[in-house]
Amino acid sequence: MRAAFIQTLVELATQDERILLLTADLGYLAIEPFADRFPDRFFNVGVAEDNMLGVATGLADSGFIPFVYSIVPFAVLRPFEFIRNGPIMHRLPVRIVGVGGGFEYGHNGLTHFGVEDVGVMRTQPGIRVVAPADHEQTRTALRRTWDVAGPVYYRIGKDDRTVVTGLAGQFELDEVQTVRPGRDVVIAAMGSVAPEAVAAAEQLREQGVDAEVIVVASIHPAPEQSLLSVLRRFPVCVTVEAHYLSGGLGSLVAEVIAEASVPCRLARCAVRELPIGVTGSQRFMHERSGLDRAAIVRRTLEALKTGGKA
Amino acid sequence: MNPNELTVQSLRQIILDQSFRARVGHIGSALCVADLIHALYHRVLRVSAPTDRDRDRFILAKGHAALALYGVFYQKGWVTREQLNSYCTDGSLLGVHPERGLPGVDFATGSLGQGLSIGAGAALSARLQKSARRVYVLMSDAECNEGACWEAAMFAAHQRLSNLTAIVDVNGQQALGYTRDVMDLQPMADRWRAFGWSVAEIDGHDMTQIVAAVKPGSDRVPRVVLARTTFGKGVSYMQNQIKWHYWPMSDDEYKQAVREIGGQS
Repeated sequence: MRAAFIQTLVELATQDERILLLTADLGYLAIEPFADRFPDRFFNVGVAEDNMLGVATGLADSGFIPFVYSIVPFAVLRPFEFIRNGPIMHRLPVRIVGVGGGFEYGHNGLTHFGVEDVGVMRTQPGIRVVAPADHEQTRTALRRTWDVAGPVYYRIGKDDRTVVTGLAGQFELDEVQTVRPGRDVVIAAMGSVAPEAVAAAEQLREQGVDAEVIVVASIHPAPEQSLLSVLRRFPVCVTVEAHYLSGGLGSLVAEVIAEASVPCRLARCAVRELPIGVTGSQRFMHERSGLDRAAIVRRTLEALKTGGKA
Repeated sequence: MNPNELTVQSLRQIILDQSFRARVGHIGSALCVADLIHALYHRVLRVSAPTDRDRDRFILAKGHAALALYGVFYQKGWVTREQLNSYCTDGSLLGVHPERGLPGVDFATGSLGQGLSIGAGAALSARLQKSARRVYVLMSDAECNEGACWEAAMFAAHQRLSNLTAIVDVNGQQALGYTRDVMDLQPMADRWRAFGWSVAEIDGHDMTQIVAAVKPGSDRVPRVVLARTTFGKGVSYMQNQIKWHYWPMSDDEYKQAVREIGGQS
């Protein structure tokens, strides 16, 4: 996704001189296409994320569209108050690009995981959160949102090969994307774990369960109407996200279900325990956290058994 | 003294009048920077109107001294007497810390340690846009406890942002004590120099020195003006007293304060 993001950014920057790219000294073998093409519009600000957000605020106020780039926790958590008091409070078009949502930096451990970023950002009115599920959707999402008013947080991944079957690069603001239609249950996924949801739906098919799969990439503000039109058709919704239980997609769906009184049982596949004391690949961490296809299948069948009659 | 005058004494009177009426604190901080803010807005900043896109920018990084800013905006005719009199009332745009919705406030502040980074971004913008506009950031000395200030200092020096001027209000005190006791900042000038800035040290209550120190020079690096000031300047019982960081004035204290600055209560 990050290569797709940077390539698309280069294309946009060719058309619009307001686009700048700032990095806090990260993005090796990713950001070079922009840095090489636009050396005067690229700034490595050093390992200093707070300052990067402050500088971006000053730049955006003067008419630029600065993209600031780092790994998720350094892009979001470290400078969070600068984001709040800068681009959010001043309603400025700063674009925060966090690479590595979820467990993409698997072996690097918790310091590099992005497992609460969506929850943190969702607390703030006045910022959009976009979390594409694959590199094709990343391209479309960036093209649709790069010049919207106010700040945007892009939660992207490193994988530029895997695609979510059926997604075909679709993205619209405030909309969810249906990647596989179904009748019995809906599985909603966020981010690069989405292929596991699709794979789970295929396995459920073999067991006689017809699961719909949707991708929620325009995640904040909540795509309420679009989500409701799906949720109203199903007795059970299973959410899948490489994110803590609180604040992410599962929380969002719970809020939408509760406020609209939709008779839909919710089951959440999310990170429930502090991921410390063990390292491993993204796949390993997904399995350990109950986010792999087998775990999603189990959770879906359980939910259908206990709550499907709602 | 007529509070409608454009003098710094009338600015101090506004600070006393408004903080007394609103019964709020931060009086000592506002009095402390009154001379600096007065000099900047009346003699240094090139701002034909708050909406002028190519105006010089000013960031009150120590946002808690906003009342001094509101006072000078009133003197400039950017806020009305009615707006000024709404300071810290329900529904007012004029709160303890400056909000961006108020004409003249280039950036909202209140959280220490963020202003210099924003100023560096504004200065970089001017350079990229080939504009002669300059950026001034008024910080507090204790604000330099914040690590982000030094991130910004490194960045501005590395980028050689000679259109950026930081002014540090060196009053030697902070919320709970004197800076030498809480987090010793000395040697301040050496620290800024080591970060690649050009350093000037002045009396922060001397108009001539202030104007001379902040006027554009031949620097090829950002400049910091270390302005020695007296917290609560002009009111004897507030000067260098920690409690006047937060304390509001009683009736008698207000009358004495106004008398001491040569005003009218």
